[in-house]
Amino acid sequence: MLTENLLRNKKLIELVVRKIRSLELKKNINVMEVCGTHTYTFFRFGLKKLLPDNINLISGPGCPVCITEDIFIDKALFLCKDSRNVLATFGDLIKVKGTSQSLEDARAYGANISVVYSPSDALGLAQENPQKRIIFLAVGFETTAPLTASILKEAKKARLNNFFVLSAHRIIPPAMNVLCNDAELNIDGFLCPGHVSVIIGERPYKEIVKKYHKPCVICGFEPLDMVLSIYKICLQIKEGSCKLENEYNRVVKPSGNVSAMKLIGEVFDVRDARWRGFGVIAKSGLFIKEKYKNFDAEKLIDKPLALRKTKNINCRCIDVVKGKIRPPECPQFKKICTVDNPLGPCMVSFEGSCRIYYEYSA
Amino acid sequence: MCLAYPMKIIEINGNHASVEADGIKRDVNIEFLKNSRIGDFVMVHAGFAIEKFNPDKVKDILEGFKEYKSAYRKSSKK
Repeated sequence: MLTENLLRNKKLIELVVRKIRSLELKKNINVMEVCGTHTYTFFRFGLKKLLPDNINLISGPGCPVCITEDIFIDKALFLCKDSRNVLATFGDLIKVKGTSQSLEDARAYGANISVVYSPSDALGLAQENPQKRIIFLAVGFETTAPLTASILKEAKKARLNNFFVLSAHRIIPPAMNVLCNDAELNIDGFLCPGHVSVIIGERPYKEIVKKYHKPCVICGFEPLDMVLSIYKICLQIKEGSCKLENEYNRVVKPSGNVSAMKLIGEVFDVRDARWRGFGVIAKSGLFIKEKYKNFDAEKLIDKPLALRKTKNINCRCIDVVKGKIRPPECPQFKKICTVDNPLGPCMVSFEGSCRIYYEYSA
Repeated sequence: MCLAYPMKIIEINGNHASVEADGIKRDVNIEFLKNSRIGDFVMVHAGFAIEKFNPDKVKDILEGFKEYKSAYRKSSKK
């Protein structure tokens, strides 16, 4: 990869870790890595073992599959009962269970479900199969939402009548606000998600810094990015300062991607939305606007689906996504719940804390 | 799911571009990066280029540490 030599350089990583140690911070420092890919880097490259014991990394809600509620899967399962419908989904979502089964289970019973790499692939399926209704399961944060907005705009322009989107898009800053208000978590600083930041830029985090006085560092995904960002948070704590820093400035611009944000605003309304583990978070969901209603798969669901309790009552994913517990504290972890037989979404997704702990933690 | 990788633009055709990294080629949508040029590095997420990647900034990453250059030089020699 383009920057691997520098950003995975062991000597440089050790140099930064020495810098962190030299700050001699005595108290425990709780740093939340909001994005699941940061959790992956932290374990995959063994950073946990390098850092001082008093630096606690807490995994946050930045795994889209993990915070998507059972009812979304239930809606998708309802839609795939109709033989005219083909669901198009990212691979991460297919093993996640709703209240009764997963999309993978439904596919085994004959449901028409296609795994796509890009939202554009879903649109392509609709163009190639006019006799079918293609329903794209739109899961993800600000990184992915403009992509969905783009294909919706294209579908409208092409006047497609067989393409639909079931949106579970969520936006990150409102969830960070909720976490800041949680005294139990006692977060000292945030590693802000790099690729969400590519789209939203610096402004939303500046508001969090101002309101909650928590250091925030926009962080890249290589190991050197992570230790440097942790160092920046620790240095702010040592100096008693509090600001937003952009460590990932090779990609993230202060204003974000303005045209992507504009398109999100054109296609989606921001409204209150449910998150697994959090319940309803104010102004945190992206819902398809009225002028795109012909493409909203919600209108294909002709009976209301009630929120039901999942059968996996012992699964603690709801606590994992909020950083309340670490995966090994869940009684099912590595016992009943494994990568081959995941009980909850955090064991399914590559960005899920449980899966990352399962695969990389001793 | 928010994964994105830097890839180099080798051809542009309207709102689409061919990009390449480590011998892998893909066609991506570049509508969010209207001023893209051949030779640019872009971050690719799920078939879309979402931002330009500036390799020069990588060199600046540790500029605040005076020990950085000697540590990097030593490790590069090994």
